[in-house]
Amino acid sequence: MNIPSIDYLLDEAAKDNQPIWQIVLREEQADSGLSIDELRERVKKTYDVMREAANGGISSEIRSVSGLTGGDAARYYRHLKNRKNLLGSLSARAMAYALGTSEYNAAMGVIVAAPTAGASGVLPGVLLAAQEEYGFTDREAVNALITATGIGAVIATRATISGAQGGCQAEVGSGSAMAAAALCDVMGGSARQTTHAAAIALKNALGLACDPVAGLVEVPCIKRNGMYACMAIAAADLALAGVESFIPPDEVIDAMYQIGCNLPACIRETAEGGLAITPTGLKAKRRLFF
Amino acid sequence: MSVNMFDILGPITVGPSSSHTAGAIRIGLACRMILGQDVKKAKVTFYGSFADTYRGHGTDKAVIGGLLGYNTDNVKVRDSLQLAQLHGMEYEIVTAEEPRFHPNTVRIEAQGADKSVSLRGVSVGGGAIRLVELNGFAIDAACLYDTLIVFHQDAPGTLAGMAQTLSGCGYNIGNLRLSRDRRDGNVITIIETDVPVDPKTVAALSQVHNVKGVVSIPKF
Repeated sequence: MNIPSIDYLLDEAAKDNQPIWQIVLREEQADSGLSIDELRERVKKTYDVMREAANGGISSEIRSVSGLTGGDAARYYRHLKNRKNLLGSLSARAMAYALGTSEYNAAMGVIVAAPTAGASGVLPGVLLAAQEEYGFTDREAVNALITATGIGAVIATRATISGAQGGCQAEVGSGSAMAAAALCDVMGGSARQTTHAAAIALKNALGLACDPVAGLVEVPCIKRNGMYACMAIAAADLALAGVESFIPPDEVIDAMYQIGCNLPACIRETAEGGLAITPTGLKAKRRLFF
Repeated sequence: MSVNMFDILGPITVGPSSSHTAGAIRIGLACRMILGQDVKKAKVTFYGSFADTYRGHGTDKAVIGGLLGYNTDNVKVRDSLQLAQLHGMEYEIVTAEEPRFHPNTVRIEAQGADKSVSLRGVSVGGGAIRLVELNGFAIDAACLYDTLIVFHQDAPGTLAGMAQTLSGCGYNIGNLRLSRDRRDGNVITIIETDVPVDPKTVAALSQVHNVKGVVSIPKF
């Protein structure tokens, strides 16, 4: 599909008063030659994989391939089950599922890299939690995922979703924008509100460094997935209340790209800056590789 | 710029990294498909970031998994090193330095029962790959389309013969790139098509004068 801007999505949606997911499906159908039903079926399969991964991550204390991380998702899920959580129920569940997915990813489990493997926890974390809280159908969840994909496609087209190119703002920031849009959409937000939810979420991640310890998708990535899932919910909540981003969504995406280009290489996935070169980060790296 | 919906909402892959795991699986799988037979022996050389982090990212398991024929969503990739032994595949993992190469580069030297392939691939992010060197020839293939790899002699009319065969069978050539070692020497031509080329046409293509071999890699 070729979706150059959020404005394009909104203009097309306004023409026949359609939701964003309709426009995204139409664009992808034209490009791929697949039918709407085939596309929906594939998205549904994707959602099933997301659910399996999130549950796989919280159900037992898994360890990552490196042995550096693991067990935090199960720890937080127990906290939630014991009703000790400070976060509201929706955010707490999203935190648990996002952490679970990310730990499952670090343990070489099968995940959906939406938009990337490193940021794969945010979108399923938010959507699965919201479905449990509000009981919408899988079909509605699929629509929300398609909406999120439209937002992700614009970011990938205008900017980047690669940490090596744009830092963590491009990965977990994009994931958070996609999740905010999905949630706003499925909770009845208008097309305009949905895009502003994405903009508010992305603004909140601008400048975020990609500085993984030992170059692995674990520290700080796993917890960051949980935290940005909660931020996505906050962004959707604001948008549903009628709060708008002062800077329009396309301009926020362009700003993210411009910031990414200006980030030094040491905090763009090279593990040569930030947390990666703290004494503890370097010690962990030495223990793993030497 | 056009993007695929399931590159944003996906790929479905074993973790932990789209570039260091998913991409590595796809390069291994591409190598297996080019070889066209089971891999008996493989030497895998990691460069750059692949060399530095392959253990923590499971990049070794990823490449070996791909060489066993597993795609990114196959959970067997996790146990591919053991499964290689079970399938009688010998492998060796080494690291090397080559500053000119892309940081996520792997070279695979794979031997089958009666063929061998040397492939250098690059993982460019999000699970996307580029094959950049095949049997010493600089090539460029991303496996985003159905791809034909044609090995042939550098001689007048060979390309015309190939194009004629494809058009005669109703196929449109989307992209075409040649790479030769020297004038009148050996050539590798990469042809990308919008739909998979059927085995009959592949066979006809391999009968074209001066063509030595054709490998068909469906989009994956």
